[in-house]
Amino acid sequence: MTRDIDAAEPEAVTCTGLAYFFGETKAVDGLDLSVHRGEVFGLLGPNGAGKTTAIRCITTLLPVPAGMVRVFGSDAAKDRMGVRRLLGYVPQQLSADAGLTGRENVTLFARVFDVSRRERAERVGQALAAVDLTDAADRLAKTYSGGMIRRLELAQALVSAPRLLILDEPTIGLDPIARTGVWEHINAVRAATGMTVLVTTHYMDEADQYCDRVGLMHRGRVRALGTPTELRQGLGERRRAEGAPASAPLPTLEDVFRDVAGSGLDDKSGDFRDVRSTRRTANRVG
Amino acid sequence: MSEAPAVLPTASAERVEGIDLLLRPPRPRAGWRLLPARVGAMCTVELQKLRHDRTEVYTRAIQPALWLLIFGQTFTRIRAIPTGGIPYIDYMAPGIIAQSAMFIAIFYGIQIIWERDAGILNKLLVTPTPRSALITGKAFAAGVKSLIQALVVVVIAALLGVALTWNPLKLLGVLGTVVLGSVFFSCLSMTIAGIVISRDRLMGIGQAITMPLFFGSNALYPISVMPGWLQAVSKVNPLSYEVDALRGLLIGAHAHVALDFAVLLVAALLGITAASSLLGRLAR
Repeated sequence: MTRDIDAAEPEAVTCTGLAYFFGETKAVDGLDLSVHRGEVFGLLGPNGAGKTTAIRCITTLLPVPAGMVRVFGSDAAKDRMGVRRLLGYVPQQLSADAGLTGRENVTLFARVFDVSRRERAERVGQALAAVDLTDAADRLAKTYSGGMIRRLELAQALVSAPRLLILDEPTIGLDPIARTGVWEHINAVRAATGMTVLVTTHYMDEADQYCDRVGLMHRGRVRALGTPTELRQGLGERRRAEGAPASAPLPTLEDVFRDVAGSGLDDKSGDFRDVRSTRRTANRVG
Repeated sequence: MSEAPAVLPTASAERVEGIDLLLRPPRPRAGWRLLPARVGAMCTVELQKLRHDRTEVYTRAIQPALWLLIFGQTFTRIRAIPTGGIPYIDYMAPGIIAQSAMFIAIFYGIQIIWERDAGILNKLLVTPTPRSALITGKAFAAGVKSLIQALVVVVIAALLGVALTWNPLKLLGVLGTVVLGSVFFSCLSMTIAGIVISRDRLMGIGQAITMPLFFGSNALYPISVMPGWLQAVSKVNPLSYEVDALRGLLIGAHAHVALDFAVLLVAALLGITAASSLLGRLAR
């Protein structure tokens, strides 16, 4: 899986030794990460593993106090505006403005990304069509279901033709059908545009199914990295070498995660605030 | 069993068609055009929201209407306040217009905190919009919202027989005064939002400072009748300058419109600077 890092063709995301502390809490503690161009990369981990903090450093929402973050070669600490122009960002909360229509929500993002007046309406129309919201475009977002709001946020992110789409827990709180719908739209858009997707999730089954590569994050660092199959087969082989029967089923990504994180995973996963904000998101989705 | 029902919508690569524009990043605007573009975008959103839900405009018109009707009409009869020969209701109408605009702006920070909790603010911060441009945009959006409110109060005042000017240039000045004043007060609110970060605390502080700002200004009575210490408060209170300008422009009272504009402009710039520098705290 090693690749030549060509200076002319930098990786979509490179984090080197990224660290971010909230007071005494080491949210991100020496993170090294590379996301290749065009892949769907899943950053996995329980609540409180540091995924969201890492994402916020990459999106320039948080400063980069230690280490280095580059997006397509641009430094996230020095060239914030340059990095932002490359990004489409969907935060964990359902962030569409409920008091505006779907089309108005997307148009706002077209405007703040400097889409010219001449092509604005058409571009917004294309973004809404790409997520199947053309028919609902002129309804207020407060009438949308959770899955529709997620798709609307996807359209908001797509309208500026980002090279890197960053989604923080995109399917949190959604029912299984809506989850599948959101992923199918992400995949369809990726296939059509070739953009790179960086997604965080704590649903291991989703990562297994939809991500090209995953990084398992625990206590501020990536503890295992590879394709889901590689990671699962690696653990399976090791278990067989340790005497597990050959007929044993292939471990799941969750097994890999438990193996990597070791004990203490259950009691250290997520502080009160994480759980609260997760619940709040889930509530809003209804 | 595991087969999905045929009616489920499935998106596939073939179905995403007509996306040529989504493959081409928009060309960045030149630096000097960025700020007006962002201000325009934020103001448009504010107007769109008001168009979809006008309840706030109507409910917020009740209080100024009562001020003019009850307080204004009563004090016109008792002639307790020296107004320089102007009927009291005419004298206070600009004060009430400024007050109702200020009420909208001073609670605008609550909207910022709400947008922060909903993730909307974070998403805007990840767009090519410098923080000062985002704050300026939001402040002018608050200005637009206040302006709509002020227009409602102007209409109420006109219906109550206040002798207002219809000179378009002066009305343009009124528009500028209300917007500038609201830019300052909304930035004050967003600055406090950046400090306290919680909606409840901002609500409390907003309530606590609204009345002193209002009564410590020339909205209801001239500065000359105040005790010395209150005169000092009034002289550093931007609301006094807003009211003075409105009084001069709307009812032709003696006023220092140029000085008022200068003070409001400086206050607005200071407010934008303070709120922008604290916006980062809301991004964490």
